[in-house]
Amino acid sequence: MLNPGLVLFEEDSRLIDKELKKLNELARAKVSFLVDKDGQLISSMGETGDIDTTSLASLTAGNIAATGGMAKLLGEKEFSILFHEGEKDNIHISLVGQRAILVVVFDDRSSLGLIRLRVKRSVAALAAVFDNLAKKIEKSNAQEGGQSPFQEITEEDIESLFG
Amino acid sequence: MSFINYSAREISCKIVYYGPGLCGKTTNLQHIYKKISPDSKGKMISLATETERTLFFDFLPLALGEIKGFKVRFHLYTVPGQIFYDASRKLILRGVDGVIFVADSQVERMDANLESMENLIKNLKEHGFDLEELPYVIQYNKRDLPNAVSPEELNDALNPRKVPAYDAVAPTGEGVFETLKHVAKLVIMELKQKS
Repeated sequence: MLNPGLVLFEEDSRLIDKELKKLNELARAKVSFLVDKDGQLISSMGETGDIDTTSLASLTAGNIAATGGMAKLLGEKEFSILFHEGEKDNIHISLVGQRAILVVVFDDRSSLGLIRLRVKRSVAALAAVFDNLAKKIEKSNAQEGGQSPFQEITEEDIESLFG
Repeated sequence: MSFINYSAREISCKIVYYGPGLCGKTTNLQHIYKKISPDSKGKMISLATETERTLFFDFLPLALGEIKGFKVRFHLYTVPGQIFYDASRKLILRGVDGVIFVADSQVERMDANLESMENLIKNLKEHGFDLEELPYVIQYNKRDLPNAVSPEELNDALNPRKVPAYDAVAPTGEGVFETLKHVAKLVIMELKQKS
């Protein structure tokens, strides 16, 4: 297969959460999300209370995929930043390397300039986390006999999912 | 592709319903949404035209339970079946873990089924996937219609590999969960093999 599945360990998860929390505070944003390009939510920070984060993650990935398709048609490699302006809330979306998407929702407590500045710094930090993660996975794949909890999945386990 | 989060102890997998226009992909999702308990499902999103044809995709997140202490989530997507939405169809296959091909059993839709199947193989290839290696199940939908082709003929035309195939009548739910359950099993077995 071309793309290996994404695996996130606790240590990386902590680093991502820490970076998102920092971004959310410094950028005075409402919510910051990190989404896998395949549409899975990796982490979210801020006022997530009444937001359907799962749907938002899937739609963001669809949005980025569609924009990437448009870029290709125009001969561009990609459009790395998207910005949607609303009456109250705005969304700033940017690519983090080839694997993830950073989404920041903000209102008039912040400004596009501040968001862009802070996002740029966080994108670099988050990209470094993903680079390390990729190296870690490569290393663990190279080591024989790594213990995965899924090696012992049985037919009964799967049956139990469907009641 | 699947997402394993050791921190949140969650596994997420992506299943895509593929098939020609009006074959019943969205109806499959609507039935699942209707029947599954509220605590096992998220909101269903449909990006559709004003005439209720799928424009980009439908999305339904399911959280079915736990395996080995990990919450198992399935994200179900449909593609737009109409021929001219090919660019969108291709995008939705990104990162797919399992495919359900929904065929329209009506005799006059046989060409559309074949065309959609070829399109699926081609679009998967562009993402680096081979349908032969992917968890994959076929559903023969609209079995209740008088002009339905026999399952044997459908198998001959669409299922040379003899993958699991289910008869279905999506609006009544017949065959809908059986199809989903089978592909979900295949996806988890694949996860086990890869681990």
